[in-house]
Amino acid sequence: MDRLSLVIRRSLLRSVMISFWFAILFLPFMGLRASLIFFVLLSLVLFSVVLLKGYIKMSTERFRSAVQNVCALRRFTLGFSAARYLIIFFLLLFPLFARDYLLDVAVLAGIYVILALGLNIVVGFAGLLNLGFVAFYAVGAYSYALLNVKLGLTFWQALPLCLTFTTLSGFVLAIPALRLRGDYLAIVTLGFGEIVRLILNNWDALTGGPNGVSGVAPPSLLGMSMGQLSKYYYIVVAAGLLTCVAVRRVRSSRIGRAWIAIREDEIGASSMGINTMRYKLYSFAFGSFWAGLAGILFAAKMRFVSPESFTFMESVLILCMVILGGLGSIGGVILGSVILVILPEVLREVQSYRMLALGMGLILMMIFRPQGIFGGMGRDAR
Amino acid sequence: MHFLEVRALTKHFGGIRALEEVSFRARKGAIVSIIGPNGAGKTTLFNCLTGLTRPTKGKISLSGSDITGCPPHSVVALGIARTFQNIRLFRDMSVLENVLVSQHLRMRSGLFKVLFGHQTFLAEEEDAKYRALEYLELVGLDRKAEVTSFNLPYGDQRRLEIARALATEPALLLLDEPTAGMNPQETNEIMEIIKRLQKLGKTVILIEHDMRVVMGVSEMIIVLDHGVKIAEGTPAMIRNDPLVIEAYLGRSGVA
Repeated sequence: MDRLSLVIRRSLLRSVMISFWFAILFLPFMGLRASLIFFVLLSLVLFSVVLLKGYIKMSTERFRSAVQNVCALRRFTLGFSAARYLIIFFLLLFPLFARDYLLDVAVLAGIYVILALGLNIVVGFAGLLNLGFVAFYAVGAYSYALLNVKLGLTFWQALPLCLTFTTLSGFVLAIPALRLRGDYLAIVTLGFGEIVRLILNNWDALTGGPNGVSGVAPPSLLGMSMGQLSKYYYIVVAAGLLTCVAVRRVRSSRIGRAWIAIREDEIGASSMGINTMRYKLYSFAFGSFWAGLAGILFAAKMRFVSPESFTFMESVLILCMVILGGLGSIGGVILGSVILVILPEVLREVQSYRMLALGMGLILMMIFRPQGIFGGMGRDAR
Repeated sequence: MHFLEVRALTKHFGGIRALEEVSFRARKGAIVSIIGPNGAGKTTLFNCLTGLTRPTKGKISLSGSDITGCPPHSVVALGIARTFQNIRLFRDMSVLENVLVSQHLRMRSGLFKVLFGHQTFLAEEEDAKYRALEYLELVGLDRKAEVTSFNLPYGDQRRLEIARALATEPALLLLDEPTAGMNPQETNEIMEIIKRLQKLGKTVILIEHDMRVVMGVSEMIIVLDHGVKIAEGTPAMIRNDPLVIEAYLGRSGVA
């Protein structure tokens, strides 16, 4: 009983502190009175959430550990695969009833799903913090834009070239960068991201500098232009599904297992016969492959690329998607990127509080579920 | 030609002499124990054998081929696997996956076979799972294959490490304190496992503090102290060696 009261007191303290902090943040926006009300409400909500969570955990703990040993995993995946077909079905029918605005958001979400899944390979699977992922996105987008505008290659002709080029650029960065670990690697990748953006911004002769490249052609299929949003949507959906399937397959193969092993324990991995350097390289290259694909889709959708779309904030956003969903979890990352694309649109009504709310959401997430929405399912029983 | 031959192995960390001119040989199928007080250089010896640290001097050869200074993953390919004193499991992976990881070298499917779900890839996965379960059965963990290794009790984690090392199909297995922190019954189980390994034709070198295990399973014992090999021989010889009694068992001579 004593322990219980301690837990209650601690969670009360925690909720009050969190709300106090947020109330201070809100002070300049909403004034003293509104902040106070906000403070009280948030503390109450947080406190009840914490208590409820604790209660649920206590009552299910025994049951869960018993189930987990036998069949939890299997049943979970079974339920998932049924849901998967429903989702695909829904995705295919979506343009029939969606307005153009919704389709636009959906296409954007699709592109970000591909990007986030790509970054998830590097950060989530192999555990290498890459803060310059947007560079590969930019390389993909610009290489298609330039091949199309300057050389007149069509989407499908340019596609393999761009993908090869982006993958190679991933290799080229990775070879020197992978001599470093942890924070140092993050700094080098961050630098690389900035270098790419600055090159795009300043190489006027090739990239048009800050003006970017315009007049990029949308893809056509069987002689039919896919430029219309409702048609282009299907290309993005196809690419997104392809990414999911490919990443899932690779995750469950020896390659994916090698990545995860490196993330979990590099020395352990190398002592199990994994050439850690080589597999880290692969993860960079494979991740940038998908970034390239996303970049091409982005360029073809916007019909215009400029360095503005590839700032450091974009890298951070993609990283947020991966972390929000749960590092290494494919379903989580998809959900995370959809949420982070849709949320700003939903919050458009309250323009000025948009970023504040987003930041607050992320902070709450880090406090209450640092492993992400779907991350670390196995560790849950802790 | 000896199965494993270590000659004048020396490792200095700056001014610290972790290993000094250590030499020994092991025949195929033997169980060799390495004992010595804390900081005697036992784990450094293992690290040198598995390529995790490069020895300052000396030579290691396995079945006649020189493996000194090979990177860890090549050493595994040549047939040496190890467990770690401070458990190094892949914590977020299931027990089964842990053992699948270490079959990495035996599996051959490249990226394209994986992406297209090629028949050989699927067959290989099935085969690997089957083998993994076999290894788990050997250490008594086959019923816990789906559990996340992080959630395993301590003793099971140690056994999983053995299964995982075994799945690399080594000829030589290095066990770093496999019974550390175990109760007598668990220790007995580990001894059983070690004997089973010998029956499978594996050569085992173990670092161990539990004298019951050391005297019970080993054919040869090597004693290190301050990086120097001070004795080598059968359990009976070591038990009566005055140098060992002084350096390791203490002057009173009580194990």
